[in-house]
Amino acid sequence: MSGMHERVQAMRESGDPARLASAIPYAKFVGIGVRLEEERIVGVMPFADHIVGNPALPALHGGTLGSLLESTAIFTVLWDVQSESLPKTINITIDYLRSARPVDTFAQAVITKLGRRVVNVRAVAWQQSRDKPVAVATANFLLKSEF
Amino acid sequence: MPERDVEERLEMWRQLNRRFSEFVPFNKALGIKVVRLEQGEAWLRLPYADHLVGNPENGVMHGGAISSLMDAAGGSAAFMSLDDATPVATLDLRIDYLKPATPGCDVVGHASCYKLTRNVAFVRGLAFHEDEADPIASVAATFMIGTPLHRRDAPTGEEEQP
Repeated sequence: MSGMHERVQAMRESGDPARLASAIPYAKFVGIGVRLEEERIVGVMPFADHIVGNPALPALHGGTLGSLLESTAIFTVLWDVQSESLPKTINITIDYLRSARPVDTFAQAVITKLGRRVVNVRAVAWQQSRDKPVAVATANFLLKSEF
Repeated sequence: MPERDVEERLEMWRQLNRRFSEFVPFNKALGIKVVRLEQGEAWLRLPYADHLVGNPENGVMHGGAISSLMDAAGGSAAFMSLDDATPVATLDLRIDYLKPATPGCDVVGHASCYKLTRNVAFVRGLAFHEDEADPIASVAATFMIGTPLHRRDAPTGEEEQP
């Protein structure tokens, strides 16, 4: 498997961020993909039986929403910032606003502050309507160097 | 409460929680196992697997897998603090990644409910490999108590909210 550096470069050259998502085993396992809409990254998590957390409601597992928000934030940093290694998550805070239904979920992220070492990102996840977010997150990522 | 009643109650809770954890599809898909349950506390194990990797260059587990483990551990700890079998739902969860998980190693999540009010369970926890004094991640979370068991699907235009 080629390195992340090459993958990020290939993603930029091809203009297709989906190539990066498919390189991350955990994103594939959950079913998280990524696409471009009006030049902006959108994370997509199609409904699947294995991402359910509460079968009685039914509702998606909170962990899958956190994973979608974190992944979308990472893809957005890789796409918007000239960062060629994977940003490292320092921390992420997820607020669960509504129970997520067994349908497709989408997410988008915005960089609120780009520092030399740290980037602060906000992300929002929604299902049928963008006006009714199911979860939001704020995260800090380390852009390079060691912990 | 007499000690025997406390132990009986705990045992009932353990059984309910185990059954519930094993019933949750995403926990099952991740391979999460309940290790130990006590009053207001839970220990869950996430076995290392190739499909949980977040960085294919070094084989380090994805943060999302660890936060999913801690969400499950926190919910179990909140449930283990209750007097009756009321469902709980995550309101918020903050996770600090203290160091990368070691590739090839299982991760244990230990969560405790340190304060319970009528509506909210306050939980904190750590994720680690073998030694809790050398943690991978630290978590603070809140859970709403008494969330609906069934969806109110009538088209009232209202969404259930915590």
